[in-house]
Amino acid sequence: MDAPANKISVQGLKAWFGKNEVIHGASLDIPDRSVLAIIGPSGCGKSTFLRCLNRMHELTPGAGSSGKMLLDDRDLYAASVDPVELRRRVGMVFQRPNPFPTMSIARNVSAGLRLNRVPGDHAEVVERCLRQAALWDEVKDRLDAPATGLSGGQQQRLCIARALAVEPEVLLMDEPASALDPIATAKVEDLIHELKQRYTIVIVTHNMQQAARVSDRTAFFYLGELVESGPTEKIFTNPSEQRTEDYVTGKFG
Amino acid sequence: MSALRRRNAVNAFWTAACGAAVLLALLPLASLLWLVISRGVGGLSLDFFTHLPAPVGEAGGGVGNAIAGTLYMVGLASLVALPAGVGAGVYLAERGDGRFGSAVRFTTEVLAGVPSIVVGIVAYGLLVVPMKRFSALAGAVALAILMVPPLARSTEEFVRLVPGTLREASLALGVPAWKTGLRVVLRTALPGILTAALLAVARAAGETAPLLFTALNNQYWNARPDQPTASLTVQIFNYAVSPYSDWHDKAWSAALVLLLLVGLLNLAARLLARGRGGRTA
Ligand SMILES: Nc1ncnc2c1ncn2[C@@H]1O[C@H](COP(=O)(O)OP(=O)(O)O)[C@@H](O)[C@H]1O
Ligand SMILES: [Mg+2]
Repeated sequence: MDAPANKISVQGLKAWFGKNEVIHGASLDIPDRSVLAIIGPSGCGKSTFLRCLNRMHELTPGAGSSGKMLLDDRDLYAASVDPVELRRRVGMVFQRPNPFPTMSIARNVSAGLRLNRVPGDHAEVVERCLRQAALWDEVKDRLDAPATGLSGGQQQRLCIARALAVEPEVLLMDEPASALDPIATAKVEDLIHELKQRYTIVIVTHNMQQAARVSDRTAFFYLGELVESGPTEKIFTNPSEQRTEDYVTGKFG
Repeated sequence: MSALRRRNAVNAFWTAACGAAVLLALLPLASLLWLVISRGVGGLSLDFFTHLPAPVGEAGGGVGNAIAGTLYMVGLASLVALPAGVGAGVYLAERGDGRFGSAVRFTTEVLAGVPSIVVGIVAYGLLVVPMKRFSALAGAVALAILMVPPLARSTEEFVRLVPGTLREASLALGVPAWKTGLRVVLRTALPGILTAALLAVARAAGETAPLLFTALNNQYWNARPDQPTASLTVQIFNYAVSPYSDWHDKAWSAALVLLLLVGLLNLAARLLARGRGGRTA
């Protein structure tokens, strides 16, 4: 295979909730160890697109999808693929921080390992992932304290650490900073820069500056249609589509 | 300025009115506690907790067998009712959106509203009549039937209170759905479920009507499920309706014991509801 290989390749993806089709055929490629930003107005299908990538979409009753989605050139939706296994390779961080309230900080990070009975030194994993998520220094003295005692920004970085602990190859982030203050947001953005060395990242964001700052490529969705995708610089300075230009310059949305 | 003064006056009036309402609500409770404690405490002794009842006119004696009988029958009932109630509640929360779920939910609602004496008659017809004898088993069945519906409903509510985002977080970590249900969703709802279970046990311990013609009573210790069995509540009833004044005193003391037992269970339930939720997983 020729480098740089595509980590993910999406071809003609359609997705629906019951009779309501919300993604009308989207195709794009995501190179390995790059950051793809997905932008677009609310309700245009960004979250749905993301949730198709780790097969969380199909868990909603009546929801389904068609088209091809390849991870390392293998079909995500092939009969031989176990969605549970797949979700260990494709991690997800949600819009609202959702740490497990019954678990301590450390046990939140190791939750994926413990619940899946992965053997090994979990304490070491906890420290490494908390360091990766830039949270270690703030919590190293209270690893056994409840996770719910952390601030919103800390909780979100904890959720990132929790996602990293199962060693995914791809990290999906659905507006990970929308509930955070500017300082916490900056920390999460720095983190994305770091994580890009090792992971392929897809991030949904409402914030144009954020998309421009953190991503290598950007995809613009509008009303369930993938209008345009390409290098971030091109999307923001010289888009091919009028609708993209209108959106990134703030004329609508 | 005068508007402010007026507002302060209105505020003071309603604060006082609410305080008075609270006092009014607490009055019956306080007088109940006072009456039971003041009239019951004199008869309490170690013997009262451990001895068999004494015949009329004889001093001493206790309600040891009644305490044991209550614990025995409530324990038997819990053995079946707690798993059944919690299981039904979890089912309703997780899979209860279809027709069958609605039917089950409707049934539990109706059952929860059935007066306990009616449940007693049912247990009488089901067990006492065919077995031709009153028994601890019949009492326990009546108590179990009473415990299941409210426990199922509160379990369902506690499970539904667990945010869907926690389930998603776990699934997104590649944890299978069944394990997510057990280790994340149920685990998060556990303090609530335990509280509901303890309250169901406490409620069962305080029931009289369903035991009157199922377990009846017994002057002696009994550990056999097919024999009549004493209980605190029926013993209180018998003491209270008797014409002897020393038995009336015993009714008060036994009532105090029952109050302590139920109070302890409620306290434990509260501590569970408050204390958990933190550290362990
Ligand atoms: N659980 C659901 N059931 C039915 N429709 C849904 C559900 N979630 C989202 N939708 C619909 O799918 C469309 C795309 O939603 P979403 O992917 O969440 O958009 P975005 O993340 O871009 O705001 C919207 O029209 C929304 O109403
Ligand atoms: Mg969204």
